[in-house]
Amino acid sequence: MSIDLKTIKHISKLARISVDEQRAEKLAGDLNSIFDFIEKLNELKTDNVEPLTSIAETTLKLRSDEVKSKNIREQIIKNSPQDNEDYFVVPKVIE
Amino acid sequence: MSDITKQSLTELVENIKNKKLSSTDVTKAFIDRSEKSDELNAYITNDFTSAIDKAKKFDQKPNLDLKLPGIPMAVKDLFCTKNIKTTAGSKILNNFVPTYESTVTENIWNEGAILLGKLNCDEFAMGSSNETSFFGNVQNPIDKNLVPGGSSGGSASAVAGRLTPITIGTDTGGSIRQPASFTGIVGLKPTYGSCSRYGIVAFASSLDQAGPMAQNVKDCALLHEVISSYDPKDSTSINFKRNHFSKELTKNIKGKKIGIPKEYRVDGMPKEIEDLWQKGIRYIKDCGAETIDISLPNTSYALPTYYIVAPAEASSNLARYDGVKYGFRAKGENLIDMYEKTRSEGFGAEVQRRIMIGTYVLSSGYYDAYYLKAQKVRKLIKNDFDEVYKKVDAILTPSTPSAAFKIGEKTNDPVSMYLNDIFTVPVNLAGLPGISIPAGHDSNGYPLGLQIIGKAFDEQNILNIAYAMEEKINFKNKITDWWIK
Repeated sequence: MSIDLKTIKHISKLARISVDEQRAEKLAGDLNSIFDFIEKLNELKTDNVEPLTSIAETTLKLRSDEVKSKNIREQIIKNSPQDNEDYFVVPKVIE
Repeated sequence: MSDITKQSLTELVENIKNKKLSSTDVTKAFIDRSEKSDELNAYITNDFTSAIDKAKKFDQKPNLDLKLPGIPMAVKDLFCTKNIKTTAGSKILNNFVPTYESTVTENIWNEGAILLGKLNCDEFAMGSSNETSFFGNVQNPIDKNLVPGGSSGGSASAVAGRLTPITIGTDTGGSIRQPASFTGIVGLKPTYGSCSRYGIVAFASSLDQAGPMAQNVKDCALLHEVISSYDPKDSTSINFKRNHFSKELTKNIKGKKIGIPKEYRVDGMPKEIEDLWQKGIRYIKDCGAETIDISLPNTSYALPTYYIVAPAEASSNLARYDGVKYGFRAKGENLIDMYEKTRSEGFGAEVQRRIMIGTYVLSSGYYDAYYLKAQKVRKLIKNDFDEVYKKVDAILTPSTPSAAFKIGEKTNDPVSMYLNDIFTVPVNLAGLPGISIPAGHDSNGYPLGLQIIGKAFDEQNILNIAYAMEEKINFKNKITDWWIK
């Protein structure tokens, strides 16, 4: 299997990371060597194996849906890179 | 006062309780040494001024019933600390000041400890050498230009170099045990669900665990006792009866059955690692325990499985860094362009690589071939451990396939870097506890560690085995303070 530049561009779009040509080539090389290594898993037959989806052998607990944090707007907004005191601000979305 | 920083946690606690030392004495001593240790680059952020204030306050009204009375300590910069910058070693969080505290650090401060600062680590804990940190390489106190391991490299360097008496790290694939091994200290990765993940910057949620790092096993047991707790704020925190680890610590391991897995004898493993392992086996027997040859047949599939599961979870966890609610934001022509530039400029190369791997294995058409396959193999790896634990109480292996390497030696080859974690990764995949203890030196005089793997929730047992072996090994770390001018 080989990951080509087109695939790198596609993944970078999905991952929302902009990648220039030079970087894309480097990433393709890295990913190909990593996937060569990962391919080893194909040696194993796993048709009848149940996938392990949770390592903690407990079922998730239910809890009542109560508001525990009140009046923390200021705290939540505090770390935003750009704000107007009440909202998170993003570049214009609607023309 | 010069020898304060040489004392173990247990000695410091005793001296503070007996009023032979004040918290201010101890705090000042560690700050003084930390200030002379800039060259190690172990700290990202220090909080020395408020640490001295807190120590003075403690001394005015000391509560000596606490487990860590007035003890100063620095922590890995992956733990959110209220009102103290928390970066996860990344540019993207370089301006992030949490408004809340992680449960693990909260537990520590509740027992009387005082924050010295935040320690360097690989970016988002993705790395085995601390070279992926946005804040630069960390030096190993053992030798100049030697990596301290990773991802908890700043933590390991700070404990080995005596900048802090103890610390906490996180371990997703070996990030506590491998740096502990590289710097000649003790590091414990607890059972998944033992320590709360609340307030820890997430990497791979089904693998991440916080754990203690210390100069010796007893200190490690005491710190583990403080940090392990049930926490409803972490949905995978497990409510079980936790031991009084430091009080129940015993060197009596007579009759214990210790498994020696043949699959850990990997191709190309240096002879000195094999010799160290054999030495460990002799020590186990000297302690009155029995060793049994065992097989964990799927061991060689652990690392490829990890490099699907961990990046997949990381790509999902790191989707939150979009430049909107917190962290770094790059300028973009529109919303999408802003996202893409923020993530491209804010994440370093290794983090981008892992997000790309994770995105790929979860993408349409590849999910079954990679992610589902990895989950199935993960089950087989866990089954291997379940099977051998019918016969043995614990497992002994080397911690790493080599001693620490030079800065820059493995940065160009991601796969050779990943191979560092070959002995530690299976433990995370199976959710088990593992401890690394220093056990010898290689031909350069660099430390080498042995790993003891336990059954789930059986930390007391592996701590006891480590405690018994520690006495026999009688390890002395060779540190010359070369970085102190």
